Formats: sequence, structure tokens, C-alpha cells
Amino acid sequence: MTPFQYSKPTSIDAALALTGPQARFIAGGTNLLDLMKENLDQPEHLIDITGLPLDQVSQTEAGGLLIGALVSNADLAWHPLVEQSYPLLSQAILAGASPQLRNMASTGGNLLQRTRCYYFYDASTPCNKREPGSGCPARDGLNRIHAILGASGSCVAVHPSDMCVALAALEARVHVQGKAGVRQIDFADFHRLPGDSPQRDNQLAYDELITAIELPAPQFSQHSHYLKVRDRESYAFALISVAAALELDGDNIVSARLALGGVAHKPWRNPAVEQMLQGRAASSESFAAAADMLLADAKPLAHNAFKIKLAHAAIVRAFTEAAATGVA
Amino acid sequence: MSDTPTDPSGQAISLTLNGTPRQLQVQPWTTLLDLLREQLDLTGTKKGCDHGQCGACTVLRNGRRVNACLTLAIMCDGDQLTTIEGVADGDSLHPLQQAFIEHDAFQCGYCTPGQICSALGMANEGRVRSRDDIKEAMSGNLCRCGAYSNILDAVEATLPLIHGGPRP
Ligand SMILES: Cc1cc2nc3c(=O)[nH]c(=O)nc-3n(C[C@H](O)[C@H](O)[C@H](O)COP(=O)(O)OP(=O)(O)OC[C@H]3O[C@@H](n4cnc5c(N)ncnc54)[C@H](O)[C@@H]3O)c2cc1C
Ligand code: SF4
Ligand code: FES
Ligand code: FES
Repeated sequence: MTPFQYSKPTSIDAALALTGPQARFIAGGTNLLDLMKENLDQPEHLIDITGLPLDQVSQTEAGGLLIGALVSNADLAWHPLVEQSYPLLSQAILAGASPQLRNMASTGGNLLQRTRCYYFYDASTPCNKREPGSGCPARDGLNRIHAILGASGSCVAVHPSDMCVALAALEARVHVQGKAGVRQIDFADFHRLPGDSPQRDNQLAYDELITAIELPAPQFSQHSHYLKVRDRESYAFALISVAAALELDGDNIVSARLALGGVAHKPWRNPAVEQMLQGRAASSESFAAAADMLLADAKPLAHNAFKIKLAHAAIVRAFTEAAATGVA
Repeated sequence: MSDTPTDPSGQAISLTLNGTPRQLQVQPWTTLLDLLREQLDLTGTKKGCDHGQCGACTVLRNGRRVNACLTLAIMCDGDQLTTIEGVADGDSLHPLQQAFIEHDAFQCGYCTPGQICSALGMANEGRVRSRDDIKEAMSGNLCRCGAYSNILDAVEATLPLIHGGPRP
């Protein structure tokens, strides 16, 4: 690791005052230190935010939850209100990383983890995300784990988070604070597609701090399922993951949510698909129609055509499981 | 607020290591794993991958299992740490250590300190109910010798004794 200066502020204002293009916040450190060890990121200054008062989960007036950015992934997954009212989120978090890493990883840091593209992690190869303009060896190289949706000529990487797929399906909001004040970002707008600037994963500026994630009042506590398909049963990133949630009236779908992980530069969702499901029977035909529609624009690279079929089957399976949960 | 500009000897931290209070000087970029192994000669904690991918470096930080390779030592100021060297009670082995011997739960032994600390952290979490739960809850610890089934036996046999704390 390249030497750096270290500060541990105890207030948000003090933390923001220390920001700059060469400074990084550090929370759990599980992604940032990993990158710093390979000199893939070489900040001059680390701002340790673990002393900030952002480690609580509280109920909002709207009946939802406000999750502090420093709440650990483990504590969030096992929080009684999350287990009860947002089981989709618990399941998604517990499907990720390892128990040790989930103890360390923070809610805010999870959103900002970088892609697991092999070339991004190999400083000896070009990569537009690491060095804008240098090229994308994944497009014509090994791309089994790469995107089937929303990719561009400059980058075909996928966002690796499990938690974020559930947060997208649940329509979370990201609370952010900068020197100029606070703002809230809809989850659907938080992460970006690569376009011609893949170096930017999301909308956050370097001098902005994620303070909390807000969940709306629970709507899908009865019928939801997170399905993760990977090369081994545990401790591996998703090839495909599906967050499926249903509100049912008997066998009829009142409302539905569907988000995919492992397929794009951000959790992949299309509200039109969810609207199409409204009022239909909770049947495998409906679920297959949703899969067809969500994957209609999917484009394979040389090594990942299998992901399209896999995603289709996983969507049908996840919805089927979701419909069956909570049924006595 | 604490700043470390250029002090060549590093910055002072204090922590409790295996029950003993320690005052230490660390550089901001020293990981907890390197502090333990290189500065304090506590080489029981192993370096497998140095990237959070194997669990060989698992220690308990305030009772919770973490990967020491992805933890900065300077961020442990004020914390309670337990490494494999702090698990036995003097000369008498912890029941989990004893169980690893009885169940032949290692071959080369490289992953063993991490496996044991991880199982203690798992017990503190108090979430596992079945053998399958243990399998999933121990998945952050790889064993290149493939001693998994015996590790599982040792952990399963000891769990009723250690549930809820690192010492019975
Ligand atoms: C071996 C391994 C396997 C993994 N497997 C999975 C998996 O299967 N699924 C999965 O989802 N994840 C997985 N992860 C990733 C893990 O979930 C993330 O590394 C973790 O969530 C990041 O959180 P952190 O608090 O440690 O972030 P840090 O490493 O501390 O920070 C990450 C980035 O976020 C910034 N940051 C942190 N907090 C804030 C904030 N509040 N405001 C603004 N910026 C902030 C930092 O500056 C940094 O750039 C794995 C990681 C490893 C090492
Ligand atoms: S896919 Fe993106 S991250 Fe991977 S090599 Fe191409 S530009 Fe880099
Ligand atoms: S050495 Fe820390 S996880 Fe492998
Ligand atoms: S006993 Fe050799 S790695 Fe586990």
C-alpha cells in the first residue's frame, strides 16, 4: 500500500471539510483496502468515518426504515425489523460475501464497491474504468461474468452487489450530504450505465457522504425471494441474481417488483415489466412473460450467452418462490 | 480528531490483545494482520490471500469475527482483540481446539487458527441451528487440504459447549 495520511473526524461537517479528489472515506475497508493493496486506488488521505453517528436503524414517519450508512451488513440483515418487514433485503445481504466480511462491510460502502471485472483488477492491462481512454480488454477477451444489458463500447462490467439488487427492487432512497447541503437520490438513479464514461460508477461526487438509506413502508413482506446463482454455493459473486417481490390478492398480482444483479453496470429494473404483471395471475406463464420482456434487449458477449437463459429461468423460479412464501 | 502527517514512528493506539492492554505505535497503512505477525510476533494468525478471500486471517474484534488482512490496525484503537494465541486457557486447550484434534480436523493446519476463531465468532452470533447452517456460516474459511467434513464435525460437536461466548 502506498503511504497515506489518516484522519478520524467525529462529526459529519469535519469529515466533509477533509474531502478532496485525492481523499477517500473508509468505512469497513473491505473494498477500498483490497484496491489499495494492488495500487488500483492510491489515495493520499483516508478519512475514517467509523466515528460518525451513522450506525442506527430507525423507523420513519412514513412507516419505512432509515438505515445509517455505517450499519454493518450483518447487523442490517439480522435486524428484527428488516427480517420481519423486508426479508428480501436480509436474504440478499446474507447471500453476499462471508460472515467475516459482512461484519466489517457497511451499508454505504456496499453501494460503492467497484466491479469485479478481472481486467479492472489487473493493473498490467488497459481498462477504461481504471484509466479512461485506455481500452476495454473484456469486450473481446474473457467476458463470461460480464454484462448482457446496458453495456457500452467502452465498458461491459457489472455491478457486483447483492444488497443493491434488493434495494433497487424495494425502491430505496439514498440520503447524501455534501458541503452544499443534503440531497436524496432515488435508487434507480444512483448507479450509472457506463456510456462513454465508465470511470464513474454512480452519481456521488467525491465530496459527498452517504449518510443513510431510506426504505419505504413495507409492501412485500409476505411474498419475496432473492435468488443468487453462482459458480459455488457460497462465498462467490453472482453470475445472475434476482430480487422478486409480489403483493398478492389470492392468486392475482396486485403489484410486483423485479430487479436483476450480475447482468449490468447497475441493478437492472424495468417498471414497465412490473406494470405488465399487475392484475395477472401469479402463474409461471406470467412470470415467463415478465422474463421475456425484461430480457428482450439482452445482448450476449462471446462467453456469456448462457446468462440470458439462466436469467430467464432464475426470474421464473424467484417469482414462483416469492408467490409460495408466506402461504400457510 | 486525530491526524498523522509524517511521524516516522507512526501513531499511538491502545488496544486489548488477548486480555492484555497494549500501547502500540502503528503506521496508518499497516493492516491488523501485519501488526500481529510482523510487529508483535503473533504468527498464529495466518496470511493466505491478503484479500479477504480465504479467512486464514480471521480474528475476533470486539467479539466479532473479521478478516485481519482487510482491517487497518490504526482503526482498532480502543478495541478488544482475540487471536488464536488467546483462545486456550493457559496450558488447557479450549474445547474447540480439543475437538479439532479429536476429529482430525486439519491436515497442514494452515487454515486452522482462522477456522477456530471463525467458529468462535459464529457461536457469539448465535444464529446457527443445524449442520447445514454451520456449513454456510463457516463458508468464509477455505481449507486447501479439504478437511471440511472433519472441521464441520469438530465445530458441530463443540457448539453446544461454546454457544454465546469464546469461553465455556
Ligand atoms: C472476497 C470478497 C467477496 C465478496 N463477495 C461479495 C458478494 O458476494 N456480494 C456482495 O454484494 N459483496 C461482496 N463483497 C463486497 C463487499 O460487500 C463490499 O466490499 C462491502 O460491502 C464494502 O463496504 P465497506 O464498508 O467495507 O466499504 P469500504 O471499502 O470502506 O469503502 C468502499 C468505497 O465506498 C466509499 N465509502 C464508504 N462509505 C461511504 C459513505 N458513507 N459515503 C461515501 N463514500 C463511502 C469509500 O470511500 C470507498 O471508495 C465481497 C468482498 C470481498 C473482499
Ligand atoms: S469491462 Fe469495464 S472494468 Fe472491465 S476491462 Fe472493460 S472497461 Fe475495464
Ligand atoms: S488472508 Fe485475510 S482472508 Fe485470506
Ligand atoms: S488443513 Fe490445510 S488448509 Fe486447512
